[in-house]
Amino acid sequence: MNTDLGTISTLLVYGAMACYVVAMIAFAVDVSALGVGAKADRRRRAAGIGMSVIHLAAVVHLAAIVLRALAAGRVPWANMYEFTLMFTFFLVAVFLGIQRRKDVRYLGVGVAMLAFLALFLAISVLYVEADGVQPALQSYWLVIHVSVATLATGLFGFSALISVVQLLQGRRESCATDHPDPAIVPGAEGDGATDGDGGGAAGKAGHPGGGVATAPARTGTTVLNRVLQPLPAAADLERLAYRLNAVAFVAWTFVLVAGAIWAEHAWGRPWGWDPKETWSFVIWVIYAAYLHARVTTGWAAQKFAYFALVGFMALLANFYVVNIFFNSRHSYSGL
Amino acid sequence: MATYHPEGLKTAAEETLVEDRSSSKPPTPQGVSLGLKGWLRWMWRQLTSMRVALLLLLLLAGVALPGAFFPQRSVDPNAVAEYFQDHPDSAPVLDKLHLFDVFSSPWFSAVYLLLFISLIGCIVPRTLSHLKNLRARPPRVPRRFARFPVRTELRTAMPPEQVQQALAGTLGRRYRREWGTESVTTTAGRERTIRTLSAERGTGRETGNLIFHLALVGLLVVTAWGSLVHYRGQIVIVEGDTFVNSPVDYDSFDTGAWYDAEGMEPFRIRLDDFSSVFTELGDARDFTADVTLMRSDAPDREQTIQVNHPLETNSTRVYLSGNGYAPDVTVTDADGEVAFSGPVIFLPDDDIGYTSNGAIMVPDTSAGLDQLGLNGTLLPTAVITPGGQPVMSSYPELNDPVLVLNVYTGDLGLDDGIPQNLYTLDTTNLTEVPDPDDPSQPAQVLLRPGETAELPDGLGTITLNDIPRFAALDVRYDPSIPWMGVFAGIAIAALAASLFLPRRRLWARIIPGPGGTTVVTAAALARGDDPGLRAELDRVLAPLSIDQPADEQTKENL
Repeated sequence: MNTDLGTISTLLVYGAMACYVVAMIAFAVDVSALGVGAKADRRRRAAGIGMSVIHLAAVVHLAAIVLRALAAGRVPWANMYEFTLMFTFFLVAVFLGIQRRKDVRYLGVGVAMLAFLALFLAISVLYVEADGVQPALQSYWLVIHVSVATLATGLFGFSALISVVQLLQGRRESCATDHPDPAIVPGAEGDGATDGDGGGAAGKAGHPGGGVATAPARTGTTVLNRVLQPLPAAADLERLAYRLNAVAFVAWTFVLVAGAIWAEHAWGRPWGWDPKETWSFVIWVIYAAYLHARVTTGWAAQKFAYFALVGFMALLANFYVVNIFFNSRHSYSGL
Repeated sequence: MATYHPEGLKTAAEETLVEDRSSSKPPTPQGVSLGLKGWLRWMWRQLTSMRVALLLLLLLAGVALPGAFFPQRSVDPNAVAEYFQDHPDSAPVLDKLHLFDVFSSPWFSAVYLLLFISLIGCIVPRTLSHLKNLRARPPRVPRRFARFPVRTELRTAMPPEQVQQALAGTLGRRYRREWGTESVTTTAGRERTIRTLSAERGTGRETGNLIFHLALVGLLVVTAWGSLVHYRGQIVIVEGDTFVNSPVDYDSFDTGAWYDAEGMEPFRIRLDDFSSVFTELGDARDFTADVTLMRSDAPDREQTIQVNHPLETNSTRVYLSGNGYAPDVTVTDADGEVAFSGPVIFLPDDDIGYTSNGAIMVPDTSAGLDQLGLNGTLLPTAVITPGGQPVMSSYPELNDPVLVLNVYTGDLGLDDGIPQNLYTLDTTNLTEVPDPDDPSQPAQVLLRPGETAELPDGLGTITLNDIPRFAALDVRYDPSIPWMGVFAGIAIAALAASLFLPRRRLWARIIPGPGGTTVVTAAALARGDDPGLRAELDRVLAPLSIDQPADEQTKENL
């Protein structure tokens, strides 16, 4: 097909990766400032830079996808390289979309890092030239089934990031309530401004109190805890992760159904327990368990996040491991 | 109100804020005096509890995974056979554990059947209770609003009737509502009438939830039905050949337990032509089988079958599942008699050049002669070494086809009646014919289309007449497939409803205050998380805080 456009697309992917690195560093500077005692309500210049650069990265990334489509003369999600381009784009797009409604810049470092790592892996290991597709993929179901799969992957990925922050935050909160430390309790109730100054002071002032109480009481003053302190409470993070997982679960259900319809057209059976189908089913069941666990009493809210994280691990395994190492009819990596 | 509360549901506990709680607690089982009936009852309660359902779900994920790690007979029987060869010690043990038939194994079936029983046991009472709820009035107004996180108290200049009309306007059609009155005695000792409002929306959430689960049951039922009545035949046919939709004609044929041989649609299919398109690098871009569908009750129909476009007859679908070359050869024996003539299926390897392997089995037509077996490789575009030796194929199309054959004599086992693989030569009872020029090497015969070669040792001749193509077709009858689609579609829509439709309850008290003013207290409650709940309450109460628009709205509603 058109190799020039393909080359430009690849260059743009490199450009987007560079932007993601810059954004990741900017977001990391922003977040780590909290760890050394910056005020939570300070002017977050680094976060601003991060947002600008990640916007730029998203635009470049989108351009790379569009050029890839033009170069190949088809939808740009027919092999593992292109699938990665798509789901990382959706990951970033979901982040930017949610950022318009609430401040989630603290997740920027994770988003940029995940996008960069996935793209790096794609371009160094999974890369194939833009080209047409084999007969089995020549179907409008390629457009439907795979695009929704990339969207679901992006959504699941973003909520997995939230779940990680939520688990850390939950651990900090439970430490804080188990060992009420005068230096951290006011901060835990949302008054970040006083804590900014107190951050440094707490380190010193915390010692006499900590000496009287038990050693774990000092966990309130670690860098990680200072970073986490101004972030939303674990319960709020959990709600956000749940809502995104719910959307992604519906999308994933659609992926399974659309895949079954396509398999019926192409292979003569809707469901054949091909390794990829089995993994996708297992992922669906894990997230179904997550949704059920959430309405069940007797489970601490914290624990749901582990289901979601296990589900996301399975999703990654389904993509990277099953496509490459399993003998599956879904082996379209082109490698 | 609702007499049924699903066990272990957080929302059931929320309901009890306004509803009677007594029925939500099952009687605590008392081990000693439980009795058989009691135990059964206890087991049923456990099975239908959310906690056990959750465990079963995780178990289902766990028992499905081995199916991704071990080769499955239903997916790839050859891989299973290979596994048996590579791991002769462990394979029989794994087989005993059904690890090569995970999805039809007793333990996998046990888990999903228990899960579905649990699901039905949970869903049916919930459905009945929900149907009752749909007809019931909205719940009565709670005595105190203070315990609800989302609540408002405001004072407005409107009189109570006007407030009621304004609220009716903003509630709109989505809310079921009930107006009531309460009498209170003020501290001054006067009777005062308070209007109350109870409104509810979003029963679609629970409806969606129930329909989603029922659709899953439906999916399971139609899948089971489909696997009972289905049949599937696989056939490999060469260009120009015809096959009949009948069990005897298929190379392999499997059916469900309720398969009806009489019901098989009578048709024949002839493969007229097979064509393919490859890129310069040899990647496949298109496979098309041109066929003629012949039926007794209708004129012949010319059709194409492609990978994503099966041929549809009345009730059956014909899929293109593979293709390759079938060299058409004629073999004469030592006496000059034609011993074999016709196309032989050569199965392509996975390589880019369609290197294909097959076996030509020649029976002993003339008395006293050995049977002849030719084991061979077809190279569609042969790469020839400077020494004249073909080594590989560089392109899948027939640019320079060469057929390379090794010759065996002996007993092919054709007369034993034991089914054997038609594509590979079983050389156990055969001896390889050595090269007459160099007896340390096996004899090798090279043929291009139209060429005839002498077989060594005066065994006869072989002619490669032509290389037609073959198509592998799957014929499948499964009436459950449209129904699967229907249930899957319902499941997705219902799932979205159950996750995204908000379920909200609003209550208000309209209390006449002094001097023509009115005090309105209101509270809202949602099932599950609902970040929009506060905004919704504010929206409903909005006309009360701004007098002018409220008046207009009231007029409109009059």
